[in-house]
Amino acid sequence: MSENPIYVARNSAIAARALAGEMMVMNSADSTFFTLNEVATVIFQAADGRTPLREIVRDRVCKQFEVDLAEAEADAEQLVSELSQHGILITSNQPLPSETSR
Amino acid sequence: MTLMSEVGQKAFDLGVPLAVHMDVTYRCNERCVHCYLDHDDHGEMTTAEITDALDQLADAGVFFLTFSGGEVFMRRDFLEIVEYARRLMFNVKIKTNAVMIHEQEARRIRELDVDTIQISVYSHRPEVHDAITKLPHSFERTINAVRFLRDQGLRVTIANVLMTVNSADHSGVQKLAAELGVNYTLDPTITPMMDGDTSVLALRIPGEELPSIFRNPALVDNQEEFCAPPKPPSEKDLEGYSCSAGHSFCYISPYGDVFPCVQFPLPTGNIRQQKFLDIWNFSPQMKEVRSIQAKDLTVCSSCSHVTSCSRCPGLAYMEGSMRGPSTTDCEKSFYRTGVPTANMLRQGLSKPRSLARSGAPLIQIQPVAAPA
Ligand code: SF4
Ligand code: SF4
Repeated sequence: MSENPIYVARNSAIAARALAGEMMVMNSADSTFFTLNEVATVIFQAADGRTPLREIVRDRVCKQFEVDLAEAEADAEQLVSELSQHGILITSNQPLPSETSR
Repeated sequence: MTLMSEVGQKAFDLGVPLAVHMDVTYRCNERCVHCYLDHDDHGEMTTAEITDALDQLADAGVFFLTFSGGEVFMRRDFLEIVEYARRLMFNVKIKTNAVMIHEQEARRIRELDVDTIQISVYSHRPEVHDAITKLPHSFERTINAVRFLRDQGLRVTIANVLMTVNSADHSGVQKLAAELGVNYTLDPTITPMMDGDTSVLALRIPGEELPSIFRNPALVDNQEEFCAPPKPPSEKDLEGYSCSAGHSFCYISPYGDVFPCVQFPLPTGNIRQQKFLDIWNFSPQMKEVRSIQAKDLTVCSSCSHVTSCSRCPGLAYMEGSMRGPSTTDCEKSFYRTGVPTANMLRQGLSKPRSLARSGAPLIQIQPVAAPA
C-alpha cells in the first residue's frame, strides 16, 4: 500500500442503500446502477472522509472477513480506485468533508 | 434478468420496502378536471415529522423515493425536504406540474442530484392544457420549467394523462417532448376521487378506443407480443403474487397514513402513531395484502388472462374486494387481445362493462386518523 494515507468519502451525488448486506448504488448523472459485494460495502459504509483507508481495512475488513492484511490492503486500493472511476467514492491524500449522513 | 430487476426481486422476496411514494401535500395551484384529491390541508406532516419519517425509511431499506402531491412546491420547505432525503442517499424522483420551478429552483434540484423530474403535460395546445388545469398560462409556465430543468442537464419526463378531452393530443405531446429533448410517458388511467366521487371516470378513455392506443406503434413497442392472446397459467403462475404493493413498495400520505400503494386505499397505520417498520412488518392489513396469491383470487384465478393481465389489487379493492377482478384491467385485457375475460363470462357480457358507467360503489381513501 502507498506510503501516503488515502482518505475516502462517498460521493454525495450518488444514491445508495444496503439490501441484505450488499450496497445498491445509483449514479443519476449517467443512470448507472451497481451493487457492491460485501467487502466493497464495508469500505463504502466506512468511507467517512476522515478515516484513512488503511485503518478501514485493518479495523473493519480484516476483522469481518478474516483476510490477510497486506493482501486486503492491495485489494482495497484497487477497489477504491475502480469505485472512484465510477464516481462512487472520492479519494484524496487529505481528509475530505462528508456530505452524506450514512 | 437485469441487475435492477434482480434487486427488485430480492427486495420482494425479503419483504424490504425498496420504494416508497410519499405525497408531501394535497394542496395544489392547479384544479385539474380529472384530479381525485381533496386539496384542503387537513393537517399535513410538519418538516420535522417528514424528516423523522425519512430517517425511518432509510433505516428500513428504502432506496427509491418519489415525492409527489398535490403540487410539491406548495410546501415552502419542499427543497429542504429533498435536501434531507438526498443526504440520506435516497434515489429521489419528483412529480410536479412545475409551474413554480424557475431557474433558481432548477439549479437547486440539479445540485441535489435528483434522479428524475416527472411533469404533467396534457396537450401541446396551450388552450387545451390550460382548460384541463384551470390555471391560465400554466402551459407556458410548465414548458418554461421543462427547459430550465433540461438546461441543467436533469432527466425530465413529460407524463401525458390521456382522457376524453385530450385523447387526440398524444402525438402532439410526444412531438413536443422530442423537440424539448425530454422523455415522454403515457398514462391512460384516471383514478376515482378520494371522496369516492366516480364522476371523473367519465373522463377516462372509453374501452372501445383503447385498441387504437394499444395498436399505435408510436405508443406501444412490440405490439405483437403486447396484444397476443394470453397463455394459460401454470401451477407456478397461480402461486405468484400480483404487484409490489405491500411487498416492496408502499405509499405515505401527507397526513402520515401508510397504504400499500398510492392506488390502494387500504389503511394500514399512521407514522404519527407508530414506527414505520412496525406498520410495514406487523400491520394485519399489510400482511393480508402480502398473503394473496393468484390462486386466491375469486374470479381472476379462473381467468385465462391472469398471468398477463395488469390487474391492480388497489382498483379491485376500490370496487369491493382486493381478491376480486378490477374492471378497468378487464377492459384493458379484453381490448388488448380480443379474448373475453372471466369477469365478463361470469356476467354473461360480450364486452366489458365500463366502470364509469356501471355505477359501482367505490371505497374511498380518507385521512385515517383525524389530524390534530
Ligand atoms: S398494480 Fe395497482 S396496487 Fe399494484 S403497484 Fe400498481 S397501482 Fe399499485
Ligand atoms: S382480465 Fe379481469 S378477470 Fe381476468 S385476470 Fe384480469 S382483472 Fe381478473
